[in-house]
This record gives sequence, structure tokens and C-alpha cells, in this order.
Amino acid sequence: MVPSDLRYTKDHEWVRLDGANATVGITEYAANQLGDIVFVELPEVGRTLSQAGVFGVVESVKAVSDLFAPLSGPVVEANEALAGKPELVNSDPYGDGWMVRVTVSEKAEVDALLDAAAYEALIAEG
Amino acid sequence: MPYGPHTPADRARMLAAIGIDSVDELFQDIPAKLRASRLDLPGPVPELALAARLQDLAGRNRVDLASFLGAGVYRHYSPAAIDQLLLRGEWYTAYTPYQPEISQGTLQSIYEYQSLIAELVGLDVVSASHYDGAAATAEAALMTCRATRRERVLVSRAVHRHYRETMATYFLGGGLDVDAIALVADGPAAGTTDLAALERLLADPDRPVAGVVAGQPNFLGLLEPMAEIGRLAHGAGALFVAVVEPVSLAVLSPPGAYGADIAAGEGQPLGISPQYGGPYLGILAATDSLVRQIPGRLVGLTTDLDGKRAFVMTMRAREQDIRREKAASNICTNQALLALAASIYLATLGPHGLRDVAALGAARAAELEAALAEVGATRLHPGPYLNEFAVEVPDAPTVHRRLLDRGILAGLVLAEAEPDDPTLADALLVCATEVTTSDEIARFADALSGVLRGRPPIAVEAGAGALAGESAGAIPELSR
Repeated sequence: MVPSDLRYTKDHEWVRLDGANATVGITEYAANQLGDIVFVELPEVGRTLSQAGVFGVVESVKAVSDLFAPLSGPVVEANEALAGKPELVNSDPYGDGWMVRVTVSEKAEVDALLDAAAYEALIAEG
Repeated sequence: MPYGPHTPADRARMLAAIGIDSVDELFQDIPAKLRASRLDLPGPVPELALAARLQDLAGRNRVDLASFLGAGVYRHYSPAAIDQLLLRGEWYTAYTPYQPEISQGTLQSIYEYQSLIAELVGLDVVSASHYDGAAATAEAALMTCRATRRERVLVSRAVHRHYRETMATYFLGGGLDVDAIALVADGPAAGTTDLAALERLLADPDRPVAGVVAGQPNFLGLLEPMAEIGRLAHGAGALFVAVVEPVSLAVLSPPGAYGADIAAGEGQPLGISPQYGGPYLGILAATDSLVRQIPGRLVGLTTDLDGKRAFVMTMRAREQDIRREKAASNICTNQALLALAASIYLATLGPHGLRDVAALGAARAAELEAALAEVGATRLHPGPYLNEFAVEVPDAPTVHRRLLDRGILAGLVLAEAEPDDPTLADALLVCATEVTTSDEIARFADALSGVLRGRPPIAVEAGAGALAGESAGAIPELSR
């Protein structure tokens, strides 16, 4: 089940809006496809992300994938817990497995993100 | 399957099977002008004639010289066990196997190499090795750029010129910059990295520095203030790369002790004979936090399904075969055979033996310094050195050539290695190791005295009783 209160990208990131900030992670579908995640490389606080640009790397036992920024804006927090427990991305992708928090700088970018139904349709296509 | 090249009949059958007329057709996708035209090779000759030809070429090598040449490659006593063991079929490959875990012995040998080097440099992670010291140093510099997301590296001018040039080549395609740090021109620190110049280069806010690279001992044989260089680098948010000579680490502080994030160096002194162009051994080590940035193979220790000890290729997601164009480097191989030579060397000598090698080299170098000073050739720099130093002589290229006529290879003409540095115009870089004998030192001093005073050379009978093998008798015994 895809949480209905989040927004999504075609690259399988999710976005939780919270006032001026947005929390970003990867979806349960993406985490399952990657398999056991062993390392997550995140940007340092203060770095400015640009939408669709690479902001980090997620490494599983079988692949390494880039993380694409769903929104532009400065990073206000990165999930430090993932350094020691990258498996949180597998066990709790929408909760403790979050990756970064950014300040939303382009409201229009948020509007262009997929809603839960659209994302569900996307992964149903495979 | 026959262990030999394909016969014309084999080739005809293979071509027929895929429906083409010639091997050349396989290459038609490559534009004709990019394909090699005919290789102009001489025709086949009988084995005996070929052997005679190679003997003739080998005979042109001067094996009668007393050598004081170092400059990055050093002569050392190499226990006979090394060459004997390297010839074993189980080891005799330069490569890590493509299905590595099936070759537990090979992986274990690499793991032992990594462990020995980690102990020597005092850092957490050691790669399975690289092509040579220059390649390892360039990879270290690239690591600093990846880790800091900055694009500029500072390298001391007293890092081997070949290493700096290799670094510049590696940086060319990536839009990265290398800037040289000047050396102190005079005074007690002459010939070492200029800390004030380093501070100025680090202070440019528009061009943040990823890494600072310095050598210990440096190319001129001098000891650098490594802790201070590292402190300045870290103060500017840059990483610190120490370029080291492995034997020296038996008596000098290891990079891990003075705050280096990465150590790189040439592993040739560890049981690999000096040979033109290599193959040599690139040492690369880093702190644990940089493990995902270290290029090349890494062997790890784990347990198998039955709980037994097992060796594996580890952290492979950094590598080209998995990560494609985003890989830490294009390296998916190592110098396994030469890493094994280094492991056998270190294991055979042990920590005390290695300390003896380093200490004997330093003692011989002190003896050399005194002998040369006595005939009027004094050191160019006042600072401390280990086993290599620059001496001042007038018209160094001519003196070097005349000494060669007298059977002495008087190190390196520094003006040829560093033509842009006027302070090195009249100097030779000479070194001594544990295989340097007192007799060779006396011959060098005597010949130099003759050259400086215009005495004609005594004819050297090349080849008579002066073959390389016989010098083995003059090796000082190592206390164990």
C-alpha cells in the first residue's frame, strides 16, 4: 500500500510536505527492488539540491543507485541514523528510513509531483 | 583444449561458422583510418638466433656500476624465497581472478598484503594494490575530490615529478586542478614544502582545496613537517595525502600517526628488484571513513555458511563492473603477484628486520655524506634526511658522465629531473641502502675527487669479475 498523504516521483522517491519543509525518502517498492540496503550516502546540511539532480547514493548488496531530488531547495537535515543503520530504509521506508529534509523553494515543483493514485498506477505497470 | 594458438584450419572453421571470410571483417565497425596499418615486425628467427640477439642487447646493460641512484626506486636485498615462491603456478598471475571467491588462496594472500601494509602505514583500509606509486598517488588525489566534492588539489613540488605529472594526466578529463606548493628556498628548512605558501594557497575562498599531497621523505630525500602540513590541510577542510616510501616507515612515524587521511606510495622497495618501467606496486591506504572512495579491489574476511573463515571481494559496489560510469575508478584489477612479493618480503624480514634495513640504509647514507664531503661535495640542504640527499657539484651533468666512465652511477642529475628549479642546477641526488658497501662509497669518493681535480680515469674493465650476481657477497648481514 502506498501512503495516500505523500507525493511521489517517477524515480520512486516520496515527499512529505510539512509547512515550508519537505521530507524525502525512497518508496517501499524501490527499497524492495534494491534488496538489502547496506549504505546510504546523503548530502551535507546546507547543500542546495536542484530538482532531478543527484543528491545521494543508495547501495544494496546487488546494486548502487543514485537518488534524484524531487524538489529544489537547501538541505536542512539529513538522516544521521542511516549511517549506522542503513537497513531502516528497508524496514521503515516511510518513517525512520527517511533521507533528507529540504526547504521547498519552488512551490510549482510540488504541484507537479505524482499523487498516491498516480504513483500506484506507475508501479502497477511495473 | 590444446594450449596453443589457433591453426589456420581452426580459424577457417570459426569464420565459416559465423559466415564471414576474414578476421578483418570483425573490425569493420571501426573507421579504417583508426585501424592500425600493417605492423612492421621482423620475420620469425630461430630460437638460438633470438637468444643470441637478446644476449647481445642484455650485454649493453652496465652491470659493473656502483650505483647510488634512488629517486623513487631503491636497491634492496631480496630474500631468495621471494622469487622462488612467486614462480609457483598457484600464484603466477598478475590478476585477481574473475570468479574470485573460488580462489581462496589468492584472496588470502591479498588480505595478508592489506593487513601488513595497514600495520606499516597505520591506517584502516588498504586496497589490493595499484600499478605503481604514481598511479596510487593520483588515485589518492582523486579520492580527496570525490570525498570533499571539491575540485582542486595542492601538491608539494617535492613530490616526485613523475607522480605530479601522472596526477595532472588523471585530472585532465575531470575538470580538476592541481596546483604546486613551492619549496622553501633557503635556511634550515630549504628543500621542504613551504608552509607559508601552502597557507596562502589554502586561503583562496573561491577555490576550495580537496586535498594536500606531500611526500615523506620527499623527493629530495628530506623529512617534511608532515603533522604541520596535515594540520593546515584539515584547517581548510581539505584531506591530507602522505606519499611514503614503505621501508622508511620502519623508523619514521606512520601516516596514521600524523593525521594523514590517505597514504600512497611505491611498493617496489619491498622485495621487488629495480627494473626499467616496472611492473611495480602501488600502495594505497585510507581511513575507514574513506572506504567507499578507495578505488580498486578490496579483500575482506568473513565466515561462510558453515561458520568457517572465508575471504571475499568486498565493497564491490564501488567498482566499475557494478557501478559503471559512477565507479570510484576504472580500476578492477591489482598487482597481485607483486603484492605477494611485498608480503613475503615483509613476512620474511619481520618488524625487526625491516627496521634493520631502514637503519642500515640511514647509516650507509651518513657514511656516504661524510665521504663525499671529505672530497669537497657537500649537501645542498641542511635539514634531516634518511638515506637519500642532494650534493652540490659544479657542472653536475658533466661530473655525472665522467663518474659513469669510472664505474660510478652517481645518482640523478637534479637539473634534468627538475629543470625549472634554479636551486637544483648544480646538484646530484644520491642514495644509499643496506646493499651499499663501504668499498663502493670509497670508490665513489675517490672517483669524484679525481673528476673534480681533473685526474684522468683509470680504465674500468667492464664485465670482468663485476657481474651483478657477485655483488651479493658484499651484502651486510642483517641481524635478526
